[in-house]
Amino acid sequence: MSTRERTLAIGALALAIAAGAAGSAALAAESPHLGRPISQADLSAWDINILPDGRNLPPGRGTAAEGAAIFAEKCALCHGDNGRGGHAARLIGGPAKASLDGGKTIANYWPYATTLFDFIRRAMPFTQPRSLTDHEVYALVAYLLAENKLIDASEAMDAATLPQVRMPNRDNFVPQFPDRM
Amino acid sequence: MGKSRQDRSAMVAVAGNGLLDRRALLGRGIMVAGAMGAGSAGALTGAAAEPLAEAPWSLMPGEGTPPYGHPSRFEKAVVRTVDNPNNEPSGSRARTPHHLLRGTITPNGLHFTIMHAGIPDIDPAQHKLVIHGMVRQPLVFDLDALSRYRLVTRVGFLECGGNSAPLFSNRPVQAGVQALHGLASCAEWAGVPLATLLDEAGLAPGARWLIAEGADAPHLSRSVPLSKAMDDAMVALYQNGERIQPGQGYPMRLYLPGYEGNMNVKFLRRIQVTDRPGMTYFESKIYTDPLPDGKDTQFYFVQEVKSFITSPSPGLALEEPGVYEISGVAYSGNGRIAKVLVSADGGKSWAEAALDEPRLPKAFTRFRMAWRWDGGPAVLQSRAWDEAGNAQPTREQFVARRGETSKPASVLGFAGHHFNAITSWAVSAKGEVRHVYA
Repeated sequence: MSTRERTLAIGALALAIAAGAAGSAALAAESPHLGRPISQADLSAWDINILPDGRNLPPGRGTAAEGAAIFAEKCALCHGDNGRGGHAARLIGGPAKASLDGGKTIANYWPYATTLFDFIRRAMPFTQPRSLTDHEVYALVAYLLAENKLIDASEAMDAATLPQVRMPNRDNFVPQFPDRM
Repeated sequence: MGKSRQDRSAMVAVAGNGLLDRRALLGRGIMVAGAMGAGSAGALTGAAAEPLAEAPWSLMPGEGTPPYGHPSRFEKAVVRTVDNPNNEPSGSRARTPHHLLRGTITPNGLHFTIMHAGIPDIDPAQHKLVIHGMVRQPLVFDLDALSRYRLVTRVGFLECGGNSAPLFSNRPVQAGVQALHGLASCAEWAGVPLATLLDEAGLAPGARWLIAEGADAPHLSRSVPLSKAMDDAMVALYQNGERIQPGQGYPMRLYLPGYEGNMNVKFLRRIQVTDRPGMTYFESKIYTDPLPDGKDTQFYFVQEVKSFITSPSPGLALEEPGVYEISGVAYSGNGRIAKVLVSADGGKSWAEAALDEPRLPKAFTRFRMAWRWDGGPAVLQSRAWDEAGNAQPTREQFVARRGETSKPASVLGFAGHHFNAITSWAVSAKGEVRHVYA
């Protein structure tokens, strides 16, 4: 490469770098902004995440006795009579401690009771998700917690009481990549 | 090219039980190509070929060209294994046939998939993605809008957190590489950087996590640290150049390079920005495991460095002694593969495998090693290191940290997650390949 060619090449490179820098700055400034604003009220039908501290739990209330009847009607087909297990998971009882042989249960494993509400409401019954009323979900959660001896059978579950339920295994979990959280 | 022109050094043994210098695979193709073509060492043993003749398909015009191409009818065996073919009301898994594939890109129809309640039939014109929670302005995007953004492209693997779970069994489960490791695949993904969309919505002070949710029947949800979301996460729209398949989350999925498959939420419809994780069902009960010390794992985000030999492997018998290529895939959720060692004597001696380019971060890398099988017993193993310095553990090291079952496990079960230790294939004197612990 001659000196003149080299000079031209360096000049072209400098121009390309300058253009690239300007281009990326323009890209940042010109993010397409094609999302349409939506109000909290208009997204509320999808706003179903329940946080472990109980945030976003809806109004409603249910007892274990109410839940037992709903369970027999809508859940026992897969989870077995009284939640003892069918072709879907056992939900009541089970071993004292989970192992790699199995036996993760609500009583010995699940860290937060709020997860029961969140999951039942979003995913159950298997063939008809989102068909349960919030009242029914509270009742089913109360039933499962009471049958697993985690609350008294007389204790109703609602937005105030559910986050207070202390799950025995909560502090036994070890995040595997804490530096990435 | 005759044998006389072969570099003798290329045939030099580099480790025990017949591992050959890797130059045997590079630029001196007659030895290996001949062996591969005959499925044996035929070209080297000098058996004469049959006289050549015209085949029937060379004597008439062929079939018409279909609008969408399919593999040859002779490739019918190259399919996924499906464990819930009648769509019973439970989950379903389809596993990639690694033993019948080469290269590093998994064809779209063979990419593994797990569904927790079937594949939804989503009309892309009606699908929406909402971003809300701890943001300045909640926003709704549709597919047309996202398609106008600057799409980024990257090749990357996806692996179910439960891939290789049968290897938690206290006795080796007799199964092939598809059954044992088929819940991992690799594709080219194209989509919108999630950081772009989060920036447009405007993150509020204190935002640290997001909860991603799908539009499938379970409304599957997982929590993702915001640091990952702002790093290399994308809302993927394309897979190997075409719209992502329904089993991969059509019309859009979250793609988190190197992170546990289940976190890569399919049919992505909602992202709520939060200050803490949701402790959803899948991150509370499913993708967590009891440990030998009595504790339980949680938030095991990364699919750590791993490799396995795809050929030879169970079901691919060796027909006769001779030269073969040992080939497999290696990958790490922590970056590029730095090196892969291969052993043919159950780990007593090792040699460094050739790595095919390109070696991309958080993507499959194909490794190869020439091997002369002398017809005696052999135990084939591979062990990978990533560029972050992480070594794939031996099974003994892995079990010491993570445990194993107390009784033999089912090939379809998920005793544990994130198994990434060495896999061993034993070759018998008959050339049959079995799964063993060594």
